[in-house]
Amino acid sequence: MRVIGALSRRALNEILRVPGAAIPGILAPTIFLIGLSGAFGKAAQLPGFGADDFRTFIVPVSILQGAGFTGAATGVNLARDIEQGWFDRLLVCPAPRVTLLAGIVSSAALRSLLPASFVFVVAEAIGAHWPGVDGLLIAFVLAMGLATVMAFWSTIIALRFRTQQAAPLMQVANFIAVLFTTAYAPKDLLAGWLKSIAAINPVTQVLDGARQGFVGAVTWHDTWPALLAIVCLQLALGSLAVRSMRRYGI
Amino acid sequence: MALRAALALARRSLRTTLRRPQFLAPLLIFPSLFLAINTGGLHRSTDLPGFPHVHGFLDFQLSAAMCQSLMLGGVGAGIATALEIEGGFFDRLVASPIPRVSIPLGRIMAGSVIAAVQVVYFLALGLIFGAHIAAGVPGVLLVLVIGIATGTGFAALGVMLALRARSASTVQGIFPLVFVVLFISSAFFPRKLLSHPADWVAAYNPLSYVADGIRDPIISSITASTVLEGLAAATGIAAAGIALSVVALRGRLREA
Repeated sequence: MRVIGALSRRALNEILRVPGAAIPGILAPTIFLIGLSGAFGKAAQLPGFGADDFRTFIVPVSILQGAGFTGAATGVNLARDIEQGWFDRLLVCPAPRVTLLAGIVSSAALRSLLPASFVFVVAEAIGAHWPGVDGLLIAFVLAMGLATVMAFWSTIIALRFRTQQAAPLMQVANFIAVLFTTAYAPKDLLAGWLKSIAAINPVTQVLDGARQGFVGAVTWHDTWPALLAIVCLQLALGSLAVRSMRRYGI
Repeated sequence: MALRAALALARRSLRTTLRRPQFLAPLLIFPSLFLAINTGGLHRSTDLPGFPHVHGFLDFQLSAAMCQSLMLGGVGAGIATALEIEGGFFDRLVASPIPRVSIPLGRIMAGSVIAAVQVVYFLALGLIFGAHIAAGVPGVLLVLVIGIATGTGFAALGVMLALRARSASTVQGIFPLVFVVLFISSAFFPRKLLSHPADWVAAYNPLSYVADGIRDPIISSITASTVLEGLAAATGIAAAGIALSVVALRGRLREA
């Protein structure tokens, strides 16, 4: 636990020491929130949309997008540590490799609260619906969960390619995972092919869970599938990340 | 002499780009993904009152994907120039016996060729997935002309930024700005259906005219005023971009 805490603190220190590095992860989802609301705002007038306001509908998407970017950034930082030799020094320390992975991933969960909070404050400032304390808590918990999932994914990529040039591969997965869902419109309004993808994409469940409170009421019926989807994704990608970590350098 | 040197440098830039497809791929992959998501997620938007009559939302969104790709092409040209400055190649070019203006012009000409590839790619992608080019072959030619002029302008602006910033990471930092400019234009949605104040800003954004000019031959028969406005905006961006990049080059040479 001490190792995990130290690695998490190191990652959090980066926010203060290199604030410029955290800006894209905060700025990108905020630009998308404001931009998509301005461009596609009238789409909420479509019959069957289910939400009065496109801004409110898109806020959870931006929160999850920000969390995903943060998770992916963890992999970019790991690739940098590998390039600079810092990671090799970590590997020779007397701590299990799983612990190193846990430290990296838990830092992503904590860091994801920064873009999530910023996006939420901006959303409220531009008039998005208040989701209630329960809705907000669920959205933040799910954002932290998705950040760990993307951190596992980007760790696998970083350990495989060992270069920061693999960053687009880390980011594009987040982009696809979050947006090929009910991000822009409810399931019934999606084109057939996107509806099929959204149906099998587990992040759709996560988004539906995070959307509670913003659109409709918070219910356990919509919460447990989101939590289950996050746990399943964590188990699947986490086990692959542990495998990559154990095999690294052998 | 200047033209020969510029052509040689343009050929070199294109060869370098082809050797590092990781720089070219984002210009096509990200806009393609956006095109897919926008089309699949909001295809029913064509039912909104006031939405222009189109064969499908894909036809409408093709112009947005092209504009996005062309802007990213500009960022790519800027990053490539900045990498040459960081790596010292730019200084060797300055010391060589060629007209100095051919240095940015070569990169900008390469940007024009890449812009043509981008436009053709999105037209082909659209046709494969069921889009129609309402104005036929003349429409395709108009889309190509406006697209290439716009791509040339964005490449020139990218080169200008690189000459001023001299750092690839700084040029990379303008990436979010691409989306800001896109969102406050009529690239994604008809101007009169944009929310306020995006609709107001879009009226003054040259990209709106470029997007409408590219879109018009795709979704309808050619409307002279819309296409001419698009052509004028694209030419204006190109002329301003080239002029600014030459000024930036002079500034950099003065400092050196």
